[in-house]
Amino acid sequence: MVLYSLTFYLFSSVAVLSALMVISAKNPVHSVLFLILSFVNASGLFVLLGAEFLAMILVVVYVGAVAVLFLFVVMMLDINFVKLREGFLQYLPFGALLGIVLVIELGILFLTDRSSNIYNNQTPLQPIVNEVENTKMIGQILYTEYFYLFQICGIILLVAMIGSITLTLRDKGGVKRQNIDSQNTVDASTAIEKKKVKIGEGI
Amino acid sequence: MITLEHYLFLGAIIFTLGVLGIFLNKKNLIIILMSIELILLSVNINFIAFSAYINDISGQIFAMLTLTVAAAEAAIGLAILVVFFRNLGSIEVNKINQLKG
Repeated sequence: MVLYSLTFYLFSSVAVLSALMVISAKNPVHSVLFLILSFVNASGLFVLLGAEFLAMILVVVYVGAVAVLFLFVVMMLDINFVKLREGFLQYLPFGALLGIVLVIELGILFLTDRSSNIYNNQTPLQPIVNEVENTKMIGQILYTEYFYLFQICGIILLVAMIGSITLTLRDKGGVKRQNIDSQNTVDASTAIEKKKVKIGEGI
Repeated sequence: MITLEHYLFLGAIIFTLGVLGIFLNKKNLIIILMSIELILLSVNINFIAFSAYINDISGQIFAMLTLTVAAAEAAIGLAILVVFFRNLGSIEVNKINQLKG
């Protein structure tokens, strides 16, 4: 139990600190790298909660795809990031006030929840114990009970893919493409032309 | 002893950091997108903590749906960012006033 607590505090403190660095780093490349660190630590917390499959998905999808996508965009665009940070300090006092108020309000919510005794919060959190492993449990429920949600997820991803391709696709002029209709309508009368070539001269 | 509250507090702190990031980096669209990712991560932490608390696997399914939506949102957001940068040569949010919606 002590080891569990220590691991929780390690992962969560690193996650929170790196989340803080994401929003305060001067260089957006550093921000993306701290975002990766935050997600890796969150996936460690997911393992602590017994959600191994989601932890792996988080590492593969986020660290492997989304964060690298962010890195690509940050490095591809030539942006003056110093100019973009104007106003950071100007909004800092008000922003800090807003953040503190938000955290206090959320904290009060949890604490009053504890005193109202609707449910017992004081039991230690345990991973779901079952004879089948986590991935199999998710598969058994995902393809039966939540099948329509699964299909909708696929449609969402398809729409996102088509949308981002159409947004960023640029039609450059001067590209030669195959025109199947004009190819099919070609016959001997239009395709072949006879010419008399005089001796010693070109066409 | 780690209870549900610890995870809820962690989610609340990360959520607040995400909101703060949107607020502080008003001009930088990339940081705003990353802050949205942080907010969705805090949602995922809450989903999975409650899934372990009520001993039901459904919370993990919903966390997976959140992940899907977050990935789609990041892809579309970055595509819009690239188009915006191509047209204006800048990613300052306060210059996005040409939508005429």
